Amino acid sequence: MDLVQWFAAPLQNEFMVKAILVSALVGVVCSALSCYMTLKGWALMGDAVSHAVMPGVVIAYVLNIPLAIGAFVFGVGSVIAIGFIKSKTRVKEDTVIGLVFTGFFALGLVLVSKVKSSIDLTHILFGNVLGISDSDIMQTLIISVITLVTLAILRKDLILFCFDSTHARSIGINTVFLYYVLLSLLSLTAVAGLQTVGIILVVAMLVTPGATAYLLSDRFDHMMLIAMASGVFSSVMGTYISYHIDGSTGGCIVVLQTALFIVAMIFAPKHGLLARAKNSRTVGE
Amino acid sequence: MDAVGIDIENLPVAYNGKVALHHASLHLTAGTICGLVGMNGAGKSTLFKAMMGFVRPASGRILINKLPIRSVQKQNLVAYVPQSEEVDWNFPVSVHDVVMMGRYGYMNLLRIPRSSDKSAVRQGLERVEMWQMRDRQIGELSGGQKKRTFFARALAQQGKILLLDEPFAGVDVKTDRMMIDLLITLRQAGQIILISTHDLASITRFCDQVVLINRSILAHGPTSEVFTEENLSRTFGGSVSDFSSAKECVLNKTQTFPHPSLPSGEGTRF
Repeated sequence: MDLVQWFAAPLQNEFMVKAILVSALVGVVCSALSCYMTLKGWALMGDAVSHAVMPGVVIAYVLNIPLAIGAFVFGVGSVIAIGFIKSKTRVKEDTVIGLVFTGFFALGLVLVSKVKSSIDLTHILFGNVLGISDSDIMQTLIISVITLVTLAILRKDLILFCFDSTHARSIGINTVFLYYVLLSLLSLTAVAGLQTVGIILVVAMLVTPGATAYLLSDRFDHMMLIAMASGVFSSVMGTYISYHIDGSTGGCIVVLQTALFIVAMIFAPKHGLLARAKNSRTVGE
Repeated sequence: MDAVGIDIENLPVAYNGKVALHHASLHLTAGTICGLVGMNGAGKSTLFKAMMGFVRPASGRILINKLPIRSVQKQNLVAYVPQSEEVDWNFPVSVHDVVMMGRYGYMNLLRIPRSSDKSAVRQGLERVEMWQMRDRQIGELSGGQKKRTFFARALAQQGKILLLDEPFAGVDVKTDRMMIDLLITLRQAGQIILISTHDLASITRFCDQVVLINRSILAHGPTSEVFTEENLSRTFGGSVSDFSSAKECVLNKTQTFPHPSLPSGEGTRF
């Protein structure tokens, strides 16, 4: 099979065209947010929120309302719960995060098992982009627009918030608002990511592209573009590969993302392992 | 008309449920360089936080230029230069980006710089001799250049009150002199500069006033009057090594400010 065939053949199927477009879109959106997650040091928070949205997603299914609403309530709710427990008890923050998100996630599992009807647990856990419905596509589209527009409008404030929230506050910028904006976007994109790679791997979409780009650039805007490019590349190629090898789509996407990270880690011109080794040799001489 | 001044009255500040500062009262007028001296945890940063509006005092009041803190923030009156340890130097921003952040308070929602913002940034960078370095990522700078970058941000912000947290830690002689010259110029222009530091030598070099803090304000007044052995021993409590260094500093303070010829690094630091 030649290369053109490899790319063209899957597109004969309508579901593949949809899958590729949706995963590309999700790749762009999650990657954009991942820049802020990595710079703010919110990887653990991303992990927590993306798992904690689970009961919200199930309840939204049952009530037949947009998943994003349920996810939003439980995503933000989990962080409020974390903040509350941390401030009222002597338990350390990472412990609180660990217990809150697993508690929410477990609640979600129980709910799924009891309301069997139309929900397929494996679709939530591992994604189902090859079988994505039109209403889910519409929902992903809406989430994407909201997220990208918000990030575009608040771009500079969010950069400042991640970099130096002390200064931001001292000049009257509402950092509490920015905190909840970032958190809300995290909950929303968790739903978008859930469609493609599933709830378990969605944190990879929200962290890895940003981390890869962080190694390759010293400017925020470049970092954003590199993250988006690597996110889209991984999503599209991952979907293709999963079609050809008949394997897990989410798995293929995230394996590709991780592979890109490893390449960047080794070969990045300035911050890669090879460059660092070379630099320390030069310094040593 | 231009009523530059800080009025803090009877301010108890609680932080994380504990009272960090009891009954602090402090009045500073235009054209002052004031050193803030105390051990770690004595309440120096709490006082800074109160002036930036981060901790809400339970009672008492704090006014800057006769304005409540909310208006102070909106008018960009207080510029803060953080300790180097507080900054993420790997963050993907350039020197120019950082200094431009000092102007955000003057910009619209999208933070699109106008020509006045650009010229303020340029002036700030030129005053600390960092204009040539403006495109560098901040992690590529030396310790002194890093400090000067944040100093330029404070200059670009054009606040009337300048809060400096350990400004002389880890800087080179050139930066040290440049910053002292600039501080003296700013004082002449009527600004109030508050310097939180462990470096007692730098206080005697150019601070006109000193505030000694140990959970409350122990003493406040002209450097020559306040910097006594007795006051410093109260400030540093039972800490013997701190106190002996402090004492040395008192004995050596034959010359007070301004004395920019003394290179930093020879001062007493703990």
